[in-house]
Amino acid sequence: MTAETTELSLPSRIDTVATAAAAVAEFVSRSGITEDAAFGIDMAVREAVTNAVVHGNRQDENKTVEVTLKSSPDAVEISVHDQGAGFNPEAVPDPTAEENILKASGRGIFFMRSFMDEVDWLIRPEGGTTVRMLKRR
Amino acid sequence: MAELNINERQAGDVTVLDMSGKITIGEGSVALRTGVRRLLEEGKKRILLNLGGVSYIDSSGIGELVSSYTAINKEGGQLKLLNLTQKLQDLLTITKLLTVFDTYDNEGAALNSFK
Repeated sequence: MTAETTELSLPSRIDTVATAAAAVAEFVSRSGITEDAAFGIDMAVREAVTNAVVHGNRQDENKTVEVTLKSSPDAVEISVHDQGAGFNPEAVPDPTAEENILKASGRGIFFMRSFMDEVDWLIRPEGGTTVRMLKRR
Repeated sequence: MAELNINERQAGDVTVLDMSGKITIGEGSVALRTGVRRLLEEGKKRILLNLGGVSYIDSSGIGELVSSYTAINKEGGQLKLLNLTQKLQDLLTITKLLTVFDTYDNEGAALNSFK
């Protein structure tokens, strides 16, 4: 298994979510990861790209979403970068708390954390947020 | 082909929506919301969602299921779920929504539960 990197630059539209997911699925299938892990990666990528398009770039088509895929013998790492103002991931309420269970939104980050082994955010002072997600083999 | 196809049928006073495709942000979620809101406008408040043909759902789709549930409850109706795939069942389990929704894997049992 050799290391491989792919980079994508995508418009801030809802249909970018499916485009990114298709590219990631193709990348993941080449990387020889299990079907269960591939499902989790797919879920996490869709949620991360949705957040970048909707909350980060607010569907401004002058802004792009950059997706970087890295495969190594140990893991698959996916980074999704937007040009938004950033946010505090620790301030996002727990959607499984009793008072939040019937809320219509707020489960995207929960899914990303549930399906990936590592998820962290880099908020750049000059603007832009990168979420990095790692799935170990 | 639409992202989510919804076929409506009546079983006594229960309206069954047979759904196939994806319930994801954008078209799929909107189709579910529109379908359920239209039934409520028509006074159909006992609704069974047959999700056996739903191959994929994201957090937006799950949010739409929750919105539909609360909208129907508010109108004094009932929303129940039929034929969850294993993946959807897993997602509802980790989000603790399996404790909220009434779910069935047998249509007859689901229909009887409305009585």
